[in-house]
Amino acid sequence: MKRLTSVIATSLALGLSFGAQAGTLDDVQKRGNVSCGVSTGLAGFSQKDENGTWSGLDVDVCRAVAAAVLGDASKVQYKPLTAKERFTALQSGEIDILSRNTTWTHTRDTSLGLNFAGVNYYDGQGFMVSKDLGVKSALELDGAAVCIQAGTTTELNLADYFRANGITYNAITFDTSDQTRAGFESGRCDVLTSDQSQLYALRIGLQNPSAAMVLPEVISKEPLGPVVRQGDDAWFNVVRWSLMAMVEAEFLGIDSKNADKAKAEGKPAQKRLMGVDSDAGQKMGIPTEWAYNIVTQVGNYGESFERNVGQDSPLKIARGLNAQWNKGGIMYSSPVR
Amino acid sequence: MSDQPQVKSSPSFFNNPRNRSIIYQALLLIGLTYFFYSIVSNTLANLEARGIQSGYDFLFTTAGFDILMSLVPYDATHTYGKTFIVGLLNTILVSTIGIILSTMVGFIMGVAHFSHNLLIRKLAVSYVETFRNIPLLLQIFFWYFAVLAALPSARQSLSLGEAVFLNVRGLYIPGLNAESGAGLVYAAFAIAIISIFLLRRWAKKRQDETGQQFPVFSTSIAIFIGLPLIALFVAGIPFTWDFPVLKGFNFRGGITIIPELMALALALTVYTGAFIAEAVRAGVQAVPHGQTEAARSIGLKESKIMKLIIVPQAMRVIVPLLNSEYQSLVKNSTLATAIGYPDLFTVFVGTTLNQTGQAIEIVFMTMAVYFVINMSISFVMNRFNASVSLAER
Repeated sequence: MKRLTSVIATSLALGLSFGAQAGTLDDVQKRGNVSCGVSTGLAGFSQKDENGTWSGLDVDVCRAVAAAVLGDASKVQYKPLTAKERFTALQSGEIDILSRNTTWTHTRDTSLGLNFAGVNYYDGQGFMVSKDLGVKSALELDGAAVCIQAGTTTELNLADYFRANGITYNAITFDTSDQTRAGFESGRCDVLTSDQSQLYALRIGLQNPSAAMVLPEVISKEPLGPVVRQGDDAWFNVVRWSLMAMVEAEFLGIDSKNADKAKAEGKPAQKRLMGVDSDAGQKMGIPTEWAYNIVTQVGNYGESFERNVGQDSPLKIARGLNAQWNKGGIMYSSPVR
Repeated sequence: MSDQPQVKSSPSFFNNPRNRSIIYQALLLIGLTYFFYSIVSNTLANLEARGIQSGYDFLFTTAGFDILMSLVPYDATHTYGKTFIVGLLNTILVSTIGIILSTMVGFIMGVAHFSHNLLIRKLAVSYVETFRNIPLLLQIFFWYFAVLAALPSARQSLSLGEAVFLNVRGLYIPGLNAESGAGLVYAAFAIAIISIFLLRRWAKKRQDETGQQFPVFSTSIAIFIGLPLIALFVAGIPFTWDFPVLKGFNFRGGITIIPELMALALALTVYTGAFIAEAVRAGVQAVPHGQTEAARSIGLKESKIMKLIIVPQAMRVIVPLLNSEYQSLVKNSTLATAIGYPDLFTVFVGTTLNQTGQAIEIVFMTMAVYFVINMSISFVMNRFNASVSLAER
């Protein structure tokens, strides 16, 4: 009888523990670090160097959140995830933020129990081919074998685009982008398709980058951004505004070097963002100097962009769509006030 | 038990061991039911609370992605349910190929262990020791990234008489296009198989009754080749060859065997074959040497000794081991995902799960499928085991 009682008690306890869930912001503050899902290695977005330090545009979003909430950008625990694993890791609470070149789509936003907190890179899908194929356009790819990463929007766009243009192809899907590149290099496929930013990154990793070229066609819209669990609005706000603060800081002309000056003697909007006479941080339940910490420790969006994927990086991607809205791009932050 | 003297005063209801065990069983059943009910209902409630969709409706929506290899017609306009079928068939294909080939390799290597030729014997031993001790995933990578990826590109294919081509994209072999009248040939095949079956029964019965032997094997082969061949000419050869031709980037036409399938089938064959070789060795060694000597002493030929004395007894040991090897092979085929062979795990738990996000439903369906496949293997092998096991009187 005693054993039976304990079985019932255990099942009751299990039942209860399923339901209980505290806010992510509280958890992060208690734990003292932000658990962040990143890629298994993608140059410019999230990659680990030889010292084990993560860097990249996606990594900077995690660091910005850590700086805003904990005042220290280094307090991030990185979890490398494949495209297939990423949403489950977030849904199950294994990570707090998914910042892993993830496209914001309707299905993902509405049916997975997730929310996209913003866009940190506007991308589009393209094709990489080896130069000796002599192909100038994606429309000449009839009958080609195409390497793709499994579980991405890329798979769907590719099928749409080739079907719309009446082109036949063989799709060869791999688990990680490294395997995709290996397939392309071994000649298993003629074409590698992915988001354009990734193509540049993958091209650098080839043994002979100059033998491959990226075709001009961009066949899809791929807004990439950080993702959080649905129904945790406090945490959603923190992530969204950490990203906004980086963009806003660039717009207001605040960077990591002049942040102190902007805080002390800047224009009212600059001072407000830096936490002077502003309760923006308190409203989110994080320190007043949240944006100041982001800018001094991580930098503004422009600095992060140039450092990771732009002119100061091997990728040398132009700002393009990712420039500020008043500089010909579509990066636009709502005002912090 | 029952002939023990009964105690006059019967125990109270709760102290009766029979009643007690029934009550405990019932309570345990209720507890277990509640346990699983609470897991399921909690999961559903939490999924809904977190805004994650559940249910099997996704199976009927358009998949929108392509699959490299399909045994049934499939394109991106078909449903997610169809991707399940495509993946399942690909899993069954690679498992079947693996089971057949690994059995052949295993039996050859297992018997080679007893060869009088030192070279063959050592070859068998080193094969088993090498491939049994290297992780399967590494072997798959070896075949795929080291062996098959080293093949030439499509334009420099290795070719055999301009009909068979081998390159890094796969093996291209000519296909057969059936035309009207092909049905006659298929029917001839079916008739040949049935008549061979009947012939064997008849020959066995005749031998049991009269002791006369009939050359079953050579007659069977004659029937199997002869009948369809006659039908082929009667129908006026209703087949045309479909040769692979290099067009644009790739070969078109014919039958393509993708390198992912080759690598996976090779790795599964070689790996499982090593284990089967050990099972065969164990089976043969389990037959006492006295059996061979006794058979020789009554004047049986060496080939008859193997067929009539050793193999039937060895099978009693081998078959149960084979069962578990086959089941491992099916489960190991999920490693396909590492090289992108579109099996059930890669397609359904990989892409479909990602596009729909319905993890629980998809994982549950996939688990059920592997369970059913392995139970079927177990069922067949148990039947086979019963047929070879010692007939006790």
